[in-house]
Amino acid sequence: MAKYQAKREIKIPAIKDGTVIDHIPSRITFKIMRLIDPQEYNHTINLALNLNSKKMGKKGIIKLSSRKLTQDEVNKISILAPNATVSIIRDYAVKKKIEVKIPRLIEKIVRCSNPNCITNAEDVRTRFSLVSKEPFSIRCNYCERAMSRDDIKLN
Amino acid sequence: MGGKFKGRDIISIRDLSKADLLAILDAAKKLDQKPKRDLMVSKVLATLFFEPSTRTRLSFMSAMERMGGKVLGFENTEVTSVKKGETLWDTIKMVAQYADVIVQRHPTEGAARLAAEASSVPVINAGDGANQHPTQTLLDLYTIRKEKAKLDNLNIAFVGDLKYGRTVHSLCIALSHFRTKLYFIAPEALQMPKSYLGDLDNKKIPYIVEQDLMKVAPDLDVIYMTRIQKERFPDPVEYNKLKGVYRIDKSLLGHTKKDVRIMHPLPRVDEINTDLDDFPQAAYFRQAGNGIPVRQAVIALVSGMM
Repeated sequence: MAKYQAKREIKIPAIKDGTVIDHIPSRITFKIMRLIDPQEYNHTINLALNLNSKKMGKKGIIKLSSRKLTQDEVNKISILAPNATVSIIRDYAVKKKIEVKIPRLIEKIVRCSNPNCITNAEDVRTRFSLVSKEPFSIRCNYCERAMSRDDIKLN
Repeated sequence: MGGKFKGRDIISIRDLSKADLLAILDAAKKLDQKPKRDLMVSKVLATLFFEPSTRTRLSFMSAMERMGGKVLGFENTEVTSVKKGETLWDTIKMVAQYADVIVQRHPTEGAARLAAEASSVPVINAGDGANQHPTQTLLDLYTIRKEKAKLDNLNIAFVGDLKYGRTVHSLCIALSHFRTKLYFIAPEALQMPKSYLGDLDNKKIPYIVEQDLMKVAPDLDVIYMTRIQKERFPDPVEYNKLKGVYRIDKSLLGHTKKDVRIMHPLPRVDEINTDLDDFPQAAYFRQAGNGIPVRQAVIALVSGMM
């Protein structure tokens, strides 16, 4: 175990201050990276995927130096990766774990996959209601179309 | 009764509880049995039809005018500011100043919900794309109750295009409040979407998925026929394969209960032979007529006049 941990440290260096998003399904790690919008970000980002995980088989991890996530960003993560963990790091230690929880009402952050939905025709703030967590399903409050995680496009 | 509905929008059948449904049906029954010619004398109904639908528009107009109310509106956006690029939001904000109730038909799904958010007066959805048409569902429900004198313990079959049929989806949601058994009769390619079957599973509503109407015909109390809708098919070859798959005529009555009722949201093409029209089992024209008391009830309730 210790040997494995040591290897992992080499792959993904620890950060002094910032945020770690762990337990991301490997295939959506880049999606999570995109929604964090690294273009506006000048500090170090460590990203790895297909890491071995006891819980998940394979997982992704993102470490953001000197960066806090907004609640909006955590909400977005919760929709794409409900089992991810978000930790605030201070001086190389976990200071706080933020609970990633899918909101019952998802406002603004998801775009409706129905091309004939009014939200894609007029300037409307999108709203979706959570139908079920497993299998994941949300319903557009306007056109009532149900969407699975695979259908989701973020605003 | 009115207190509960006054000021309320009627956008989706999903918004209506069982108690709401029954309250509307009861109000419709009252108006059906004892019409009130001056109930809406002081009120104005705006009918905003962003796409043509003569039947629904005339039905709403007739409902309002038979209660003494006034109707204004349009049936073609070519003559409105929509043509100049006005948003739906602004159109509704403006019309809400002129009318006490707005009825809206729009080709875009979710447009009714947006209109309701913009409007200071109640909005009734008269169809938003392939999504909802709640007064159609209410009149279907009213027809079943009127014809069969109950809504529980009935075997109800939906036949034809169950995949794209908006009326089927909504009626299915409404019926899930009652103790019914549902039969879905369609070719595999046009069967009921899984999400609706999942909703029925969650509510423990028994149902049967079948392709052959004759197999189940003797069990049925209501047969709800639908048109295979050419306009919904991306591929005309697929349409031609499926269009004539269910055609019923008076010979069907030899296989059903005597008091079966045949319904159809209309218009029909060739799925019901006209030789059935004069039989008491044919309820589809009575069903269309039931749109009047049901729409009267909805208008009167949301405007607080009942």
